[in-house]
Amino acid sequence: MPGGGTGWRRWRLPLRAVMLGAVLSLMLAMSGPARAGSDPFSDMASTNFDMVARGVSALAVSGSPRAAPVIDALRDSRLFAWRWPRPDSPLYIRTAKGFVDARTGAPVAAPPPVNVRLVIVNDSVRSAIAAAEGALDLTSPKKKVRLDAAEELYQSAEAGALPLIEQALARERDPAVAGMLREAHAAALLKSSSGSVSARLAAVHQVAARADLSTRSLLESLQGQPPPVAAAIQEAIREIDRRLQLWGVLENVYYGISLGAVLLLAAAGLAITFGVMGVINMAHGEMVMIGAYTTFVVQQLIAASAPALTDLGLLFAVPAAFLVAGMLGVVIERTLIRFLYGRPLETLLATWGLSLILQQAVRSIFGPTNQDVSSPPWMSGAVSLGGLTLTVNRLWIIVFAALVLGALMGVLRWGGLGRSIRAVMQNRRMAAVMGIRTPLIDALTFGLGSGIAGIAGVALSQIDNVSPNLGQNYIIDSFMVVVLGGVGNLWGTVFGAMSLGVVDKLVEPFAGAVLGKILVLVLLILFIQRRPRGLFPLKGRVVEA
Amino acid sequence: MSQPTLLYLDGITVSFDGFKALKGLSLVLEEGEMRAVIGPNGAGKTTMMDVITGKTKPDSGRAVFGVDTDLTRLDEPAIARLGIGRKFQQPTVFEPLSVRDNLLLALAGDRSPRFALAARETPVERGRIEEILLTIRLAPERYRRAGELSHGQKQWLEIGMLLAQEPKLLLVDEPAAGMTDAETADTAELLREINRSRSLVVVEHDMAFVRSLAARVTVLHEGAVLAEGSIDHVQNDPRVIEVYLGR
Amino acid sequence: MIYPDRATTVTLGCVLGGAAILAVLNQLTPAASAVHVPGFAVSLVGKYLCYAILALAIDLVWGYAGILTLGHAAFFALGGYAMGMYLMREIGARGVYGNPTLPDFMVFLGWKHLPWYWHGFSHFGFALTMVVLVPGVLAAVFGWFAFRSRVSGVYLSIITQALTYALMLAFFRNEMGFGGNNGMTDFKDILGVPLGRDSASVGLMLVTAVVLSAAFLLARAITGSRFGKVLVAVRDAEARTRFLGYRPESYKLTVWVISAMLAGLGGALYVPQVGIINPSEFAPANSIEAVIWVAVGGRGTLAGAILGAVLVNLGKTWLTSALPEIWLFAMGGLFILVTVFLPHGILGLFAARRSSTAPERESAAAESAAAETVAREVTG
Repeated sequence: MPGGGTGWRRWRLPLRAVMLGAVLSLMLAMSGPARAGSDPFSDMASTNFDMVARGVSALAVSGSPRAAPVIDALRDSRLFAWRWPRPDSPLYIRTAKGFVDARTGAPVAAPPPVNVRLVIVNDSVRSAIAAAEGALDLTSPKKKVRLDAAEELYQSAEAGALPLIEQALARERDPAVAGMLREAHAAALLKSSSGSVSARLAAVHQVAARADLSTRSLLESLQGQPPPVAAAIQEAIREIDRRLQLWGVLENVYYGISLGAVLLLAAAGLAITFGVMGVINMAHGEMVMIGAYTTFVVQQLIAASAPALTDLGLLFAVPAAFLVAGMLGVVIERTLIRFLYGRPLETLLATWGLSLILQQAVRSIFGPTNQDVSSPPWMSGAVSLGGLTLTVNRLWIIVFAALVLGALMGVLRWGGLGRSIRAVMQNRRMAAVMGIRTPLIDALTFGLGSGIAGIAGVALSQIDNVSPNLGQNYIIDSFMVVVLGGVGNLWGTVFGAMSLGVVDKLVEPFAGAVLGKILVLVLLILFIQRRPRGLFPLKGRVVEA
Repeated sequence: MSQPTLLYLDGITVSFDGFKALKGLSLVLEEGEMRAVIGPNGAGKTTMMDVITGKTKPDSGRAVFGVDTDLTRLDEPAIARLGIGRKFQQPTVFEPLSVRDNLLLALAGDRSPRFALAARETPVERGRIEEILLTIRLAPERYRRAGELSHGQKQWLEIGMLLAQEPKLLLVDEPAAGMTDAETADTAELLREINRSRSLVVVEHDMAFVRSLAARVTVLHEGAVLAEGSIDHVQNDPRVIEVYLGR
Repeated sequence: MIYPDRATTVTLGCVLGGAAILAVLNQLTPAASAVHVPGFAVSLVGKYLCYAILALAIDLVWGYAGILTLGHAAFFALGGYAMGMYLMREIGARGVYGNPTLPDFMVFLGWKHLPWYWHGFSHFGFALTMVVLVPGVLAAVFGWFAFRSRVSGVYLSIITQALTYALMLAFFRNEMGFGGNNGMTDFKDILGVPLGRDSASVGLMLVTAVVLSAAFLLARAITGSRFGKVLVAVRDAEARTRFLGYRPESYKLTVWVISAMLAGLGGALYVPQVGIINPSEFAPANSIEAVIWVAVGGRGTLAGAILGAVLVNLGKTWLTSALPEIWLFAMGGLFILVTVFLPHGILGLFAARRSSTAPERESAAAESAAAETVAREVTG
């Protein structure tokens, strides 16, 4: 049974360690009448409760592989001894399959019930069992179990556990576990009243090497230390604070990058349509929203028709969202945008109207409340990197955004469509004269931009609520990215998205989310002074509107 | 006859993204002079005008107006108020406004918003406008929306606006473009007329037109001055012949 | 001397006349009568007239200077908040908590003292000054940065949207001291006149009608003056105006600030008539909606702004009570229809595009007189 857990359960192991230590020392003190050094199994076969307890404790620290099953059996009332004393003190464990010999674990024939008695426990035996279970973890053949046990000992350092830790240290071969045990030892030492100043100083450094919050609270809780040690503790605390701050900043940078990835996905489509056609699509946010709803629908469909594929749902959702949003984009371009060619301000207004219609349509079909979009298991959990805890879903989104960006750049650079798009972006009239069908390119570009937005919706469905208002939450930020990065180059969009994301998250801890946003907006307005067309504007004689 | 220098360009260099539009251009214009500037496409004629009027800042070189006014330090409105007027290749008049209003806005005077809010048209201004309307032969069209004028009429309106500014120096970019022969002749006469009281720099392609201006000619090539002199001198210059087979 | 032309007389007649009729129908007809206009309807019309002031402000910058502003409701809301602060102070000790100086929401937040920026709002004159000063100053600062850097077109529109969005976020915060997300409400009276009674509603509506008329005349004067012509020139060919010696930035800035102050005035009249002001007034959607009022009526006509504001809001009131689900569809559709099929709005349908811009009466006479003089001089 490994240690670990939250709340009071964390104290199980150290408590047991203490008890074990206490019991051991008590037994050592009482070693008069008892025959110290005798076989623990025989002790457990004894009718004397104290001897049984002692046997349990001895067995626990012996390192024998039989220790765990025997003690488990004793606890579960499955341990049987011979009814009257015998020199070989047989012990039997009843398993689900029959009986095994306690010492060897080999199956034996069931002993006649009249010959055996259940080894029963009293309170002292129970304490010994409890202590033993904790100690067993330290002797477990599995490294992870030992490591977790050592970690727990460290977390709840108790002076009484010192002897146990020392014993375990003596035996431990694995360097990682040994290191952990040394830290636990140091922590316990600091909590105890024994130990020289130099030993304590060494202990402080040992503990301080682990620069995390639990260490900090441990160090803070230490009272009544001799002055040099107290000073060392203060210094260690300061050092830990510095490190924690650094990790904190890095964590915010991580959040910023993941926010930037989301913004990038949301804004890339906008940058393309604006760059090629000069239109700002106010319904762009709704394309994102529709992508998120497509994810929901796809998940529902899979759950209904092929539940086995549930975990792969997102893989189907991505192309589905791209197609749905993309086709919708093409339709919008053909039925609305092209009538407003050359009038970007009017296009802005018309697409705003469209966004209202789309929002209301989704609201009417799906209802105004949030829809439940689940995350597949491979997207949950977190990864530890030094002092950072990186959530996996955000990690996936960053990777996803990079992939999409790469694909987009590839299409634009190498595809025939991409070439045509770039031609139209740079010089529409020339492209038309060279035989490129600009109306077709317009429709496909708008479709592409909307499709990317749909894909962004898939990603967003994993980290945000899916509601008809989803688009509105990201549209202003998308605009900001386009304004900041310019539309001449997708790298501008990357830069814009990342800067906005990181700055937003870095400012947030100081100023709060709202003030942070305001600050970002004000900074952007000031930035515009120097670059009215963004960082990467379209060069050359562009058609101004 | 040496008049004071009105415009002094020395070693003007302008490059756009690595492409050198002007390479050490130097030009001196005396007060009261009319200069024709010719050159093949891409020679830098329009860029030179952009530098003089403040639209483009040169990378190096000096541009001085009058005695000591550094043009490179001023922006377009300031240079316009100094007395340099420009007429563009494409006629840019204010299409939604009437012919009259176009001239009204161009009239020399206070350009501040405060003035414009309170301004009442004075009889002097009225008279000035009428005068110009007569000169550019658009008096009957005075209330017409400028957008409805013919191409030639728009060119003339633009020249009228230029006159209204009462500039010391006019920069005229291809005034004869798109005009009939008759209109071209009229334009040359108009420019000569204007030259009696003002200085001009005229950029043109049409050689006959340039000849009828009877002005000194500067030939530009690849961003620098290739040759300068009378039209005959220039047309017989072997370098010019090689580079620019004019009519 | 502004010579009243037909458009002006018609518009003023409709606004003032209509307001007067409503007032009469409310105050002088018995409540049970069929022609009686109930108090809430009067307030509703008053609200429409406030919106009309906002629309007028937008038409000035959009219809004439070509600046598509998607954040003008911010100025409207700022004026509204200034008035709201005055009205809150007027409540005095009659609030729920009975605190003579602190408004209820501050007591609720546990504040002990009135923040420094609230002092002075107990005086109506001060509040009125703030109503135009705060939007004006904000517009001046914003405009100076924006126009000077030659931000234009869609970039400028996006930035105006960002501005109002930022303000909305800011005003939602309780710490700002403007009532947080609940805003300010429960007003008792204005200048001693108790709100809520019909007489107050009528009075406010009439005042709004008068202010609207004055704003209209002011806008007419501006657009008809040389300033207005320069604005049109700037909108049409900005670069050209520079070569004529004009600074488009200062013209845009001037009209922008005037427009913001007008919008603030509209907001100030709006708040006592609807009885509440909260941060959702800053929402970008409000500003964009206001733009469509102008588009529907006919941008660049001024009268169209008033017409559009009243018509669209009438429609909104009716639809949201009769068929609430389709209101958003209807409005979205309106945006699309107007931009694609009715780019000049309703008034654009009626007004033939005149090729002659001949002015009427007096100045024409002066023109021909001058022409004759010059002709005589030339021909000698």
